Amino acid sequence: MTNEELKIKITELLPAASFEEGGEWLTISIEPGDWLSLAQQLRKDEALFFDYLFCLTCVDWKTHLSMVYHLSSTQYRHTIVVKAKLDRNKPEIETVSQIWRTAEFHEREVYEMFGVNFRNHPDLRLLILPDGWEGKNPLRKDFEDPVNMIRL
Amino acid sequence: MWSLSHIANEIHTWLSNTFNPTWTQIIEMVLAGVAVIGLFAALGLVLVLMERRVAAWIQIRLGPNRVGPFGLLQSMADTLKLIVKEGLTPDGADKVMFNVAPFIAMIVAMLLMAPIAFAKDFQLWDLNIGVLFVTAISSIMVISILMAGWSSNNKYSLMGAMRSGAQIVSYELSAGLSIMTIVVLTGSLQVSDIIHSQANGWWIFKGHVPVWIAFITFIIAVTAETNRAPFDLAEAESELTAGFHTEYSGMKFALFFLAEYINVFIVCAIGATLFLGGWMPLHFGSGNAFNHAMDYIPSSIWFFGKTFLLIFLIMWFRWTFPRLRIDQLLNLEWKYLLPISMVNLLVTTAMAILGWHF
Amino acid sequence: MYRQTEIIKEAVPGSNGETGEFTINVGPQHPATHGVLHLVITLSGETIKKVEPHLGYIHRSIEKMCESLTYRQFIYVTSRMDYLSSHINNHACALCVEKGMQIEVPPRARVIRVLMDELTRIASHELWWGAMAMDLGAFTPFFHAFRERESINDIMEETCGARLTMNYMVPGGVMQDIHPNFQKRVKEFIRLYKRKIDEYDELVTGNIIFQNRMKGVGVLTPEDAVSYGCSGPVTRGSGVSSDIRKLYPYEIYDKLEFDEVLETGGDSFARYLVRIREMQQSIRIIEQLIDQIPEGDFQAKTKAVLKLPKGEFYTRVETARGELGVYIVSEGGTTPYRIKFRSPGFSNLSVLDHIARGSKIGDLVAMMGTLDLVIPDIDR
Repeated sequence: MTNEELKIKITELLPAASFEEGGEWLTISIEPGDWLSLAQQLRKDEALFFDYLFCLTCVDWKTHLSMVYHLSSTQYRHTIVVKAKLDRNKPEIETVSQIWRTAEFHEREVYEMFGVNFRNHPDLRLLILPDGWEGKNPLRKDFEDPVNMIRL
Repeated sequence: MWSLSHIANEIHTWLSNTFNPTWTQIIEMVLAGVAVIGLFAALGLVLVLMERRVAAWIQIRLGPNRVGPFGLLQSMADTLKLIVKEGLTPDGADKVMFNVAPFIAMIVAMLLMAPIAFAKDFQLWDLNIGVLFVTAISSIMVISILMAGWSSNNKYSLMGAMRSGAQIVSYELSAGLSIMTIVVLTGSLQVSDIIHSQANGWWIFKGHVPVWIAFITFIIAVTAETNRAPFDLAEAESELTAGFHTEYSGMKFALFFLAEYINVFIVCAIGATLFLGGWMPLHFGSGNAFNHAMDYIPSSIWFFGKTFLLIFLIMWFRWTFPRLRIDQLLNLEWKYLLPISMVNLLVTTAMAILGWHF
Repeated sequence: MYRQTEIIKEAVPGSNGETGEFTINVGPQHPATHGVLHLVITLSGETIKKVEPHLGYIHRSIEKMCESLTYRQFIYVTSRMDYLSSHINNHACALCVEKGMQIEVPPRARVIRVLMDELTRIASHELWWGAMAMDLGAFTPFFHAFRERESINDIMEETCGARLTMNYMVPGGVMQDIHPNFQKRVKEFIRLYKRKIDEYDELVTGNIIFQNRMKGVGVLTPEDAVSYGCSGPVTRGSGVSSDIRKLYPYEIYDKLEFDEVLETGGDSFARYLVRIREMQQSIRIIEQLIDQIPEGDFQAKTKAVLKLPKGEFYTRVETARGELGVYIVSEGGTTPYRIKFRSPGFSNLSVLDHIARGSKIGDLVAMMGTLDLVIPDIDR
């Protein structure tokens, strides 16, 4: 499907979704609360069939965090980007690890690097950071480490 | 003529003339012990170097060639290094068992030296159940491995030891049965009898197909019994780091290492004795010119030549094949090798009774 | 004197007595992990019940580092991610910056880039082949693989000046022109190498022990492969088409003739065959290009200071291990605001627990071998 067709289809699924212009792929902005139901529909819908979550990450915009999901379909080869704005002080979003299994690891990475709490995640523990780093989120913009970080 | 048996007899005569019989006996036992230990050290050095050179040759590299001429002193240097290393005993280990295990491995290897005929009339102990003695004693080897694995207080060691236990116990059956084929053909368990029965041709030529099958089974089984690749599951370094000797260091590790090589030597010597005639030169029929020509080559050279040929074969396996998995290993033994060797033993027995061998 | 009961307790901490399950640590220092990967494995006897990776032993937070480096500088850091395919990492970053700045790369640079990528792919698969055979207990293939890899490294050294982390690709092209000997040496290498692949098949692929160790081990269904976000030879071994070079062609891959290698077995042996045949396809690509390097500039004229416009840029390339994604969020400055590397190894590792359950510990090394894990790629 082309971006236009995808746009129409996704508006049907989630009327509240807004679209960002200018990117290579269709970019959808949603509220975190809508994510789980949208994700299920994106995966299940025969015409969309987004079965490949190839990138899951988070961006710290200093005022808020935004989750970024890159989805593509191995059947139709179309790609979309889903973004969800999170509260920076208490970032929470529903996990999608039961829909795309790869999210389990990527969400754990985002959890420790940004402190995003994924509700209903089966195993939300530190993956990369050693024990004792809970609460310190290295990839947030205000993280400071006077010893190991060199500002250029 | 200068031969090993000649030298031994000279010493015996001199000792008998100088001392009374008791002292002669005692001194000869000490000399034999020293000779065995000397042979151990020499074999350890030679085999380790040989392994490394063979590996290097197969792996398109040079191997050790810096220490001494052609790297001959490399093993000496390694031994020196191992001697000066600290022999660590882990804190949670069962100290007694942990420290005794490598010595048991060594003692077993030493005991196995007794019935091996190194040259014509040159044998420590030609007991009438020689072959049975070898199979019986070699099964004690597994105890040292189990002790080492158990007492190390390390899960890798324990798993390696358990694998090794299953493996050695299983493969002993095939090894034993393939040895039995020769015993059936010879009608004796005594090593000297077996060798003399091959004076008109080695069993591998005289016994044709059943002996070939037995020989192949024997080589596979003893490779497994000595924990050599492709059956080195007990120390599979990519799975269990070093298996049962993970916690060993210094000289205790070296003893395990040495015991492995000595065991390889012994099983190859047994194989050479049973199937390739031991020290018996290459004979066809009896009394012809070819046999006489072959007799000019000293018997010790025949023995060591055959043994090292088999050792080379086993080293070749090690550097060529990937490792088996534990279930495949046991399948191979219980589903293939054991039935084959049992049927083969029956066939050999029939052949021996009917006199179908040469 | 014989403290048997105590030893049982000490020897298997974490054992709960009833099921006989216990945990062992594979790594962070272990011969089969080829790096500092730490797997906590729950075993019942020899059977694996659970594999739990603990990462981060070589985590350098490259993503954070890149936030304070300019668009020219950050490429050098990415060579250290997947050090076996550093060219392709550099390539992905250069592509992303070029996409943002809309730099037109000269045709000569494009061809050189593709040539370098494919040589890197061969070198990486060589190392994988040797190391995997070594994991399975065959030592000799390692040396045979390194012999050929060495000649690729020599070619790289001549042109790029380095053997492992080349940093040869820069935004706008390549850093310098190829060495005058480059074409001659690559041709010589190809001539020798074509025979070597058959030699590999003789030495390893056809070996019955090897096949028994690989076939039916670590079976990954196509659905799971996609769901776990696997990419590269891991998915192609399960029959899922995933070659970025074919699906989303970059540089000149759309003009080249090569096949996407697909196997349908889904087991370790299928993944093994995919990589072996991929080396042959890489040779095919190199053969098409080596005589066709166009004359011209090797680098586009770019400003000294690169500034990406405000926006988000994502490029995907096919490394030796799978799909590498570079996601740059730019605020218009000289440094990226946020950069994310979607590394193939991270997703490929996540499938290990799924495929390893229920198999023997000896199979684990076969699976890890065919997933082709490079730890700095996973940890970044």
